[in-house]
Amino acid sequence: MQNQKLAKQLMKKSKTARYERFGHLLSLSALLLIMAIVLGIIVFVASKGLATFFKDGVSVKDFFTGTLWNPGTKTPAGHQAVGALPMIVGSFLVTILAALLSTPFAIGTAVYMTEISPKRGAKILQPVTELLVGIPSVVYGFIGLSVVVPFVRNTFGGSGFGILSGTFVLFVMILPTIVSMTVDSLRGVPQFYRQASLALGATKWQTIWKVVLRAATPGILTAVVFGMARAFGEALAVQMVIGNAALMPQNLTSPASTLTSVLTAGMGNTVMGSLQNDALWSLALVLLVMSLFFNLLVHMIGRKGAFKK
Amino acid sequence: MAEPIISADNLDLFYGDFQALYGIHLDFQPNQISALIGPSGCGKSTFLRCLNRMNDMIDGVTITGTVQFHGENIYSPQTNLVELRKSIGMVFQQPNPFPFSVYDNITYGLRIAGIRDKQKLDEIVERSLKQAAVWDEVKDNLYDNALSFSGGQQQRICIARVLAVSPSVILMDEPTSALDPISSAKIENTLLELKKDYTIIIVTHNLQQASRISDKTAFFMEGRVVEYDDTTKMFVNPDEKQTEDYVSGRFG
Repeated sequence: MQNQKLAKQLMKKSKTARYERFGHLLSLSALLLIMAIVLGIIVFVASKGLATFFKDGVSVKDFFTGTLWNPGTKTPAGHQAVGALPMIVGSFLVTILAALLSTPFAIGTAVYMTEISPKRGAKILQPVTELLVGIPSVVYGFIGLSVVVPFVRNTFGGSGFGILSGTFVLFVMILPTIVSMTVDSLRGVPQFYRQASLALGATKWQTIWKVVLRAATPGILTAVVFGMARAFGEALAVQMVIGNAALMPQNLTSPASTLTSVLTAGMGNTVMGSLQNDALWSLALVLLVMSLFFNLLVHMIGRKGAFKK
Repeated sequence: MAEPIISADNLDLFYGDFQALYGIHLDFQPNQISALIGPSGCGKSTFLRCLNRMNDMIDGVTITGTVQFHGENIYSPQTNLVELRKSIGMVFQQPNPFPFSVYDNITYGLRIAGIRDKQKLDEIVERSLKQAAVWDEVKDNLYDNALSFSGGQQQRICIARVLAVSPSVILMDEPTSALDPISSAKIENTLLELKKDYTIIIVTHNLQQASRISDKTAFFMEGRVVEYDDTTKMFVNPDEKQTEDYVSGRFG
């Protein structure tokens, strides 16, 4: 009698088992929803962006190598004037220059925060970097417009709008990203590497330089790539200081443009389905592909340099 | 008896307010293996780390008393820490090779000391790895990441890394406790070989290991040295009741 009752109870689904199944379904549906959204965005941008080439008959070569951007008009040679090279060059220039400028500062700051003065680092620098991340980009752009642009104009000549101003603004914007991720990767270097190095008669500086930074290199590279991804995708602040002329940059202080700045400037002024509109979608597609590429790069670095502890 | 190479005298150590070592007095003879045994938390590892000043890195540690190395007090303000740690090497509990190639691991100490001559580096790499009895296992893979080897091999690579800078004393903090018995045996044999040229001070939880390889044994309890004598005497006929209880497994 007792046994039968027990057997019956065991065969019945318990309340906790039902909860478990419910939780499982809940998280699965959240995941599926997000996947659907991401996939939807990619498909949408791709179909719109590719329409330039399939529907409007612009050749891919003209798009990537042409230097004249004025969708809806023709180049002297009779092609559609949708040459995106100036924007692509502009985007890459500001991104690479800002990363080059930021990385040494970021590594220096991160080393100070983790190796040299961890206490002060945690107390002062950590909140400062977090604050820098939280400042809205329009504020950065505004400061750039009122401080950086006049500074560049007075120091290097020209109008002050251009790649150089964009680089300076992005330098400050991506610094906290690179710093905080570099800090994480330096903290991830096991303490026993430092001890082993010191016990072999290395100075603190030698230990930082030859062991800690070397062991953290994959993490630092990841940080730089994330910073570059942020720089590449930043629109507003760059738009405010770069000058927004869709021309090949002649030098670092001549007005130029990036993929994002042309997009933000132009997207309100075109009619859906027109060539002008499709051409902007093509720029968006280039941006999307680039950010996928940055993500891929991060994964590749992560897989190659994963710590084996 | 020969002049001791390291001698600690009246050494007290505090972690903040907590006193971890009480008036330690120990002399270590050159070319001997000395074992430090005792229950967990008795201060033996803390004491070991006093001998190359690795405790300096921990916040809130105060040390009083002296440690003489070749007759010089290593806690005097004039001590050159870099030189001290080159002369007194250390092997840790966990094998901790750098995530670099075996070659870069072994040459690390030499390169930071400014030795660049490739031929000399090659020679020292081979010599150290042979001394640490791991040469045959790694000689074909010198440029592989040191982390790709087994735990026992990694630990012997770490020993070779210490030997490469030619210390006179090697401190070992439970070097085999993370390893299997076969790897441990290999390391023990290595230590017996190294005794000819080096002074070895080893902390171990493994009493058989202490009795197998050491010449002298110090028994620590609650921050004090209970007894320090020849290993044979310590294990067969110790003076103190506590030592006898510990080595015979009645507690600890």
